[in-house]
Amino acid sequence: MRALSNFFYQRRTLTLLLMLTPPLLWFGVVYLGSLLTLLSQSVFVFDDMSMSVVAEFTTDNFANLLMPANLDIVLRTLGMAVAVTLATALIGFPMAWYMAHHASPAEKGFFYVGVMLPMWASYIVKAYAWTVLLAQGGVIYWVINALGLQGVLQAVLAIPVIGGDTLATSNLGRFLVFTYIWLPFMVLPIQAAIERVPANLLLASGDLGARPFQTFRTVLWPLAFPGVVAGSIFTFSLTLGDYIIPQLVGPSGLYIGNMVYTMQGTIGNIPMAAAFTCVPIVLITIYLAMARRLGAFNAL
Amino acid sequence: MTDAIEFKDVSRHYGDVKALDGVSFTVQEGEFFSMLGPSGSGKTTSLRLMAGFEQPSRGSLTLMGQEASGTPPYERDVNTVFQDYALFPHMNVLDNVAYGLMVRKVPRTERHAQAREALAMVALPDHAERTPAQLSGGQRQRVALARALVNRPRILLLDEPLGALDMKLREQMQVELKVLHRKLGITFVYVTHDQGEALSMSDRIAVFNQGRIEQIASPRELYHQPRTRFVADFVGSANVIDTALAQTLTGRPQAFAVRQENIAMHPAGNVPATGRLQVEGEVLAIQFLGASQRLEVQVGGQVITALQAESEAASALAAHTRAGQRVALSWAPQHMVMLDA
Repeated sequence: MRALSNFFYQRRTLTLLLMLTPPLLWFGVVYLGSLLTLLSQSVFVFDDMSMSVVAEFTTDNFANLLMPANLDIVLRTLGMAVAVTLATALIGFPMAWYMAHHASPAEKGFFYVGVMLPMWASYIVKAYAWTVLLAQGGVIYWVINALGLQGVLQAVLAIPVIGGDTLATSNLGRFLVFTYIWLPFMVLPIQAAIERVPANLLLASGDLGARPFQTFRTVLWPLAFPGVVAGSIFTFSLTLGDYIIPQLVGPSGLYIGNMVYTMQGTIGNIPMAAAFTCVPIVLITIYLAMARRLGAFNAL
Repeated sequence: MTDAIEFKDVSRHYGDVKALDGVSFTVQEGEFFSMLGPSGSGKTTSLRLMAGFEQPSRGSLTLMGQEASGTPPYERDVNTVFQDYALFPHMNVLDNVAYGLMVRKVPRTERHAQAREALAMVALPDHAERTPAQLSGGQRQRVALARALVNRPRILLLDEPLGALDMKLREQMQVELKVLHRKLGITFVYVTHDQGEALSMSDRIAVFNQGRIEQIASPRELYHQPRTRFVADFVGSANVIDTALAQTLTGRPQAFAVRQENIAMHPAGNVPATGRLQVEGEVLAIQFLGASQRLEVQVGGQVITALQAESEAASALAAHTRAGQRVALSWAPQHMVMLDA
């Protein structure tokens, strides 16, 4: 045992190599390799007649993305991803702020469990649970009726785009489910970022004459912004890739995830599925470039 | 002179803990006022009350003649230099210093000009474009000072501002702070646990202990006329002679203090000069400090420390003194300060 320890202690490079090889193999070959294989197929031809992939170069798949029907899917998914990201940030920031700067240790534990507990339940179970909550005759309708707010709900559901016949078949309902399910992914990174902001900085800001909102805008927000960006990368990309919630809640109309699923699973059109897979990757890249421009990573 | 700050029977409680317990004092305008005490004595709580970071649980607090309880920090004409500097890491030095002007909507060119002036005042004119992370501890200290002064406050609060600096830099900054104080003519309130720092810089010192003030006096008075056992011990570490030993020496059961440097050492069995009081004990340790030597002697139930300036006679005596040996210590009655408690 001791000889073995000494052997490795004197050969740092070998030790490092042994430790890094498994994760590098996994990440490099299994993960990146399969992703690149998939993406490379996006420039292959799919023969409709034989329903098979032909290894010939084409850009048709990407041109197809711009067809109205497909563009519609991209914009629908993107719109929801943006809305969900904004909503989770808006709800998550005050929660994270309270957890990081005001909660006593006991309260903090309670909040951690409160935020994480839903993540222990299966995602599918939560999505289905929401279909029951949102259904006519479900809890939410019951509460609205009990409060006598049917009129308000009807007015909201009458708004184009976000409305629909019922909550369960409206974009509003789908938005509620997405926001609920991805919220922990937003709260935790923001909380970690705010926790790293020394309380003295906020005191110093007030001491120098900044009113609370100025302190928020000029000190807390810039320093917590990397956390918001980290959280939004989760909520944004998770929404872009999801294909379950769009099937269970909300109006008809596919999302990018559904298209990938349908293209490769049902039709076997791997090239088109690969082209759709490129969309979230490109969108996230653009988003990160914008965040970087805004200085999200300056403090890292 | 106007009172810059007045505490009237101010208390600050955290649950059952009394951080500050019915404290009253005034700070005069333009004064260099130090609050000295061990950690948890209430000095920092007092500073936070002045800044407005906390509100008194009881009592009233006036700043420049106006009731301040309930006024938030951003409406007080008071600025603070924090112990850890609290510089904004996402701004460069110039924007840090200009921050107080920025939130008051001073136009950019004007606030930058004033910030540069403030940086020149703390002898740091060439570092405006750096970030705080690129500065040394001493430079950060100066930036924090410039940032607090750019608002031209009537009162400057300093919370152990030199605590994180090394000895040489600390001494240099003490002198610079003193010069700055004289030049600006505003009130400085200085929190420290270092009695040497408080003695060398202050006009007056308040000694805090367990949420109360033991004594407020000028540095000289505090040093020579400590009123309580705590002050005698904490300020310049005087020897406090217990009531029991005092009884045998003076015939009165009242504790008194004798400064280390006022105690002379003699061989055991020495016959004291007329009027001098003398005790005998066993040497515990003898330390050579350069300019002086320090002797710890066990006398009855207590340890008495004597400090002797280095001289030929002293080193000759030291050459014959070993730990465990018996020696005599004596002092003149005029060097005894009677203590209240």
